[in-house]
Amino acid sequence: MKFPILLDIQSAFKTFARNKARSFLTTLGIIIGVASVIATVSIGQGASASVQNAINALGSNLLIILPGSSNLGGVQTGFGELSTLTLQDAKAIRKLPAVKTDAANIRMNEQVIWRGNNWGTSVMGTSSTFPVIKKWPVTKGEFFDKQQDDTAANVAVIGTTVATQLFGLMNPVGHIVLIHNVPFKIIGELKAIGFNAFGQDQDDIVAIPITTMMEKIAGISWVNIIMVSAKSKKDTGLAQNQITALLRQRHHIPPHKPNDFYVRNLTQIAQTAGSSAQIFTILLAAVAAVSLLVGGIGIMNIMLVSVTERTKEIGIRMAVGAKKNDILKQFLIESSVLSLFGGVLGIGLGVGISDLISLISPLHTILTIEPIIISIIFSVAVGVFFGFYPAYKASNLNPVEALRYE
Amino acid sequence: MDGNINKTVIRLEHIGMIYKTGTINYEALKDINLTIYKGEFFSIMGASGSGKSTLMNILGCLDQPTSGKYFLEDEDVSTLSKDRLADIRNKKIGFVFQGFNLIQRLSIIENVELPLFYAGVPHKEANIEAKKALRLVDIAENKENNFPNQISGGEQQRVAIARAIVHNASIIMADEPTGNLDSVRSNELMSFFKKINDERNVTIILVTHEPDVAAFAKKHIIVKDGHIVDN
Ligand SMILES: Nc1ncnc2c1ncn2[C@@H]1O[C@H](COP(=O)(O)OP(=O)(O)O)[C@@H](O)[C@H]1O
Ligand SMILES: [Mg+2]
Repeated sequence: MKFPILLDIQSAFKTFARNKARSFLTTLGIIIGVASVIATVSIGQGASASVQNAINALGSNLLIILPGSSNLGGVQTGFGELSTLTLQDAKAIRKLPAVKTDAANIRMNEQVIWRGNNWGTSVMGTSSTFPVIKKWPVTKGEFFDKQQDDTAANVAVIGTTVATQLFGLMNPVGHIVLIHNVPFKIIGELKAIGFNAFGQDQDDIVAIPITTMMEKIAGISWVNIIMVSAKSKKDTGLAQNQITALLRQRHHIPPHKPNDFYVRNLTQIAQTAGSSAQIFTILLAAVAAVSLLVGGIGIMNIMLVSVTERTKEIGIRMAVGAKKNDILKQFLIESSVLSLFGGVLGIGLGVGISDLISLISPLHTILTIEPIIISIIFSVAVGVFFGFYPAYKASNLNPVEALRYE
Repeated sequence: MDGNINKTVIRLEHIGMIYKTGTINYEALKDINLTIYKGEFFSIMGASGSGKSTLMNILGCLDQPTSGKYFLEDEDVSTLSKDRLADIRNKKIGFVFQGFNLIQRLSIIENVELPLFYAGVPHKEANIEAKKALRLVDIAENKENNFPNQISGGEQQRVAIARAIVHNASIIMADEPTGNLDSVRSNELMSFFKKINDERNVTIILVTHEPDVAAFAKKHIIVKDGHIVDN
């Protein structure tokens, strides 16, 4: 009593072809559900890849020191909200035995003044290797070289946002600006790179030699972030301990009090990024579950209507020899084909949305095969699950009553 | 009449049918005893509401009696499972209903293939058999891919006959098959039943309240208030 399932699938397609608008509207829930899952997953994967890239670009023995109190119970939300780290702290950290003396990055918020104009920005003390390491070239003038770094030259390279705010359309190269009352000559402008994955304007920046920052900027200067490297990868833990001990001593923190700063190594940062990616994934799964549930209910609804409409057909099929399972199978295949069809359309739409987002927004999206395969499996599962009750109802009809139905 | 007149196809013993609607019990059939032999052309007549369709549904294994025994080709079918009954309907019985009962979404040829589809016959073979059956009832090849609503009532009923015989059913059960046809079409249709009965020795059980139609049959019973009153 077996016949090719293909005939059933073919028959299901014929049924939908005769009722195109209704079939399409029925699957809209699945289409939108699957499309939103595909699009959001691709955004999520794009964001997590750019975070991973940023972390990897920093190097594996990197340590990040941030101001903030660990008893606040969380990571601070933005830079520069708390003032506990000073430039003097950064200088002292650089002299620790387990810390590399070159290759450091310090950021502080400062006003940059040119004639009547002034602009608050992030001033970064860094080394001459910055454009190479960050793959971030200058478009006008040039970056400071090793010699300027070694001699603590008063030179600055500015980002395009700072250039526009202070100089408008003028070429900023060659002009003298004041930072923390110290004159700096602008020797270059960085290429515009726009916003990062967290929505920060990366072009709102001024780069100066780290030596200049340490030697020429006097008084109390609050620092937003210090990035240093341990001498080697295996020294990372040691460096972390040395920095912690040093800062506790410098900040006069009694033994029973918590730190007023964070020292994080790359592994810890990667873990934080990983766990937020996980939360993101769980949220997405929840959204997907809800939208597929809604889509499934839509399918169940229309299949119930279809069973009622086709009561007579079911009676005829039973009269000529269809068994319970034949009817059950027919309607299950119809609902699965319907939701699979919705799933495929949804994938198409989702891929389109993802590409569009990549094209017109600064977000970078990444599409992988996994969410597509999972979407297909899920939409068939939804069809089987939500199609079961209507199909079961159909298969249990009494043939005499079904035949009498008008 | 012919050689196998003595071979029993259907035997009903004390068949009773009680419909339960809520608290009301309605006794639609009372103590029906009936024997039908192979190759008979048998008519069941009676007034509307007398129980003809109820009897026909039991004979066609679409419904089961509430009491009594039904032997179909010597097998007791009064207590079989629904799936087993479906199997029997598929293999042994062909139906022709008053309302044609073709599936509107399917083409004419697909309607005729349906019993073979559920019998597991490969589609190619089913198609050949369906074409043969349609030729037998004079449905032209160029109408095979039409849908039921594109042909006349008389033609639809002939398609229903084709569907009834396509799987070589040994019994055809027709409940008021001419009810929706005029007298010319009725006679035309009945001549096809007669042809099948003559040529293929198919047992035909016909329910009708029209004497002209019943006249095509060779044996008659009359049902009144759930009883057989006349042989
Ligand atoms: N499913 C049912 N439930 C209750 N009563 C029914 C049902 N089917 C038929 N009847 C009753 O049984 C009697 C016989 O019906 P039926 O066999 O259809 O008569 P006929 O075909 O001779 O017109 C009628 O009175 C009808 O109302
Ligand atoms: Mg009737």
